[in-house]
Amino acid sequence: MVIAVASGKGGTGKTLVAVNLALALAGEGLEVRLIDCDVEEPNDHLFLQPEIRSSERVELTVPRIDPDKCDLCRICVDFCAYNALALAGDRIMVFDELCHACGGCSLLCPREAVREEPVPIGRVECGLVKAGKYGGADISFCHGILDIGEPKATPIVRRLKERIGEGAVNILDGGPGSGCPVMETVRGADYCLLVTEPTQFGLHDLRMALEMVRELDIPHGVVINKYILGGGGLDTWCAENGVPVLLRIAYKREYASLYSRGLNLVEEVPEWRERFLRMFRKIVPNKVEGGARA
Amino acid sequence: MKQLVVLSGKGGTGKTTVAAALVELAGRAMIADCDVEAPNLHLLLKPEITKSYTLNVSRKASIDPERCTRCGDCVEACRFEAIREFRVERHACEGCVLCARLCPAGAISMEEPEGTEVFMGETPYGEMVWARLAVGEEASGKVVSRVRMEAQAAAVEKGYQLLVIDGSPGIGCPVIASVTGADLALMVAEPTLSGRHDLLRALETAAFFRIPSLVCLNKCDINVEEAERIKEECASLGVEVVAEIPYLEELAEAARLCMTPLEVAEGEAARLLRRLHEKVMERIGLPASQKGTLH
Repeated sequence: MVIAVASGKGGTGKTLVAVNLALALAGEGLEVRLIDCDVEEPNDHLFLQPEIRSSERVELTVPRIDPDKCDLCRICVDFCAYNALALAGDRIMVFDELCHACGGCSLLCPREAVREEPVPIGRVECGLVKAGKYGGADISFCHGILDIGEPKATPIVRRLKERIGEGAVNILDGGPGSGCPVMETVRGADYCLLVTEPTQFGLHDLRMALEMVRELDIPHGVVINKYILGGGGLDTWCAENGVPVLLRIAYKREYASLYSRGLNLVEEVPEWRERFLRMFRKIVPNKVEGGARA
Repeated sequence: MKQLVVLSGKGGTGKTTVAAALVELAGRAMIADCDVEAPNLHLLLKPEITKSYTLNVSRKASIDPERCTRCGDCVEACRFEAIREFRVERHACEGCVLCARLCPAGAISMEEPEGTEVFMGETPYGEMVWARLAVGEEASGKVVSRVRMEAQAAAVEKGYQLLVIDGSPGIGCPVIASVTGADLALMVAEPTLSGRHDLLRALETAAFFRIPSLVCLNKCDINVEEAERIKEECASLGVEVVAEIPYLEELAEAARLCMTPLEVAEGEAARLLRRLHEKVMERIGLPASQKGTLH
C-alpha cells in the first residue's frame, strides 16, 4: 500500500510523521519503503542515516535545433505551450528551463530539424536504513535531489514513484504546499496523512490540502502536531468537516529539541512507537472501506 | 524601487512573521505574498480587498468519448502518461496540447481549470498582492510571476521605494519565480539539523541567481550547537547573520492571535526586529524609517 504524507504548510512535521511511522512499522518486521519526495529540500535522510547504495541522474530531454535543416517555419514556436522556443532573428532559441519535455516540437517539425538532448535536472539515490533500536526489519530508502537553479521538481517525483514496491508499505513524504510536485506525490496513493498545526496558518493551509486530496479522491486523515490543549479549534473544525484526527503530538520543548538534533520520537520516547502503530491500524481499515487497491 | 525577498528553505521557520515585521517597520511598502500554495501573510496584515480577478494559466486536455475512435495516437504521444483508457487524468496533464494537435478525429479539446484568484488590497502599511490557487492548479510558478508583476507595476506607478516579497519554501519553480531579479534575499532559518541543511540549499539557490543574501536566525536558542554551526557555515560563505532572535513566547503568541509581531511584541522581540529592519535597509540601500530606528 502507498501512504502519502502532505501538509499544505511547511514546517508542520511531515518529515517527523513519515520517518517515525516508517521506524514503527519496520520495528514490527513489516516491509517498509520510505520515499522522500520533497526533492527541493529532502530531510528524511538526516533522521535515518541511510547507507546509500545507488545514485542515478534524472534527465529531461530538451530540443536542440539544427540550423542547417530549420527553415524558420515557426511550427514549433507556435506549438510550444510553455514559450520555451522563440524565433530570434534568423534562428530558433531554446529556453531549457521553460521546457516541459513534451516532445511536441520534434514530432511536429516538418524538416526533422529538432533533435532531443538529455539535460540533467537532479538525481535519485536509494539505499538501506539498518533496523533501528527495536530490531525488526531494515527500511528501504529512496530520495530525490533537485539540482540548484532547476525549477522542475515533478519529473524527479515521477522517477521516485517508480520505486514503489508491491507488497510493501510505501511511505511517500511529500513537499510542502499543494502545487505540482505535491500533487504528483499524492496522486494514486491509497491514503494521505495531512499533517497540520493548531494555528490559523495551519488551518488555512489544511483547507487547501484537503481540497487537493478530495479532488484526487484519496482517503485521508489528519495528524495535529505541536498540539495544545483544545487543539486551537482544529479538533472542532475537523469534526465538523468529517475529517478524522488520527494522531495528536503534543507541543513539547523536549520533542522540538529531539527533532532539532536529528533524533526520532519512536526511538527516544518508547510510548510513541505504540501510538504510531495505533495510527497505522486506523488507516488500514479506512483503506479497505475506500475500496482502494491493496 | 528595491525588492527584498524573504525566504526560508524550510517551511515553518517564521518567514511570514519576519516579513510582516519588516513591512510594519518600513511604514510604507508594497507587499507581495509569493507563497501562493500556502499564503499566510494576509492573515496577519488583514488587507482590505480593493480588486480581484480570475487568472487562467494552465490548460488540461479533455477527450470527447463520442468522437474518440480509440486510435491510440494520443496515448502514444503523451510523455506525461496522462491518458489512460482514452480518458485524461487531469492531474497528470501538463497542458502541452500535443494530443489535441495530433488527434485525427478532432476529439480532444483544451479546458481551463477553475480559475486562480489574484487579489489586491490595502493594509495599514501599504498595498498588497496575493493569490489563491484553483484546486488542481499546477502552474504555481506562473501564478507567482503574475503576483510579482502586479506588485512591481503598482509599486512603480505609486512611487513605492520598497517591495517586500514573502517567498515560498523550497528551491524549485515558485521560489525561482520569487527570487529572480530581487535586490536582496533575507533567509529566515531555525537552528535544527534539517533547518541548517535547507538553509544551505536556499543560500546556494540565491547565489545561483546572483542575489545577495542575509540570514536571520529565528528561535536561535532551541539548539545552541546547531546555531553555532549555522553561524560558522555562513561566515565561511561570506553571508552575514544579521539577527539572532531567541524563541520568544510573545512572537508565538502573535502568530497564534494572527497579529503582526510588532502589534504584540515589546521589549526584547521588538528591539531585535527593529535592529533587523535597520540592517536589512542598510544593506538594500534605503534609509531605515522612523518606525524602524532604535528608540
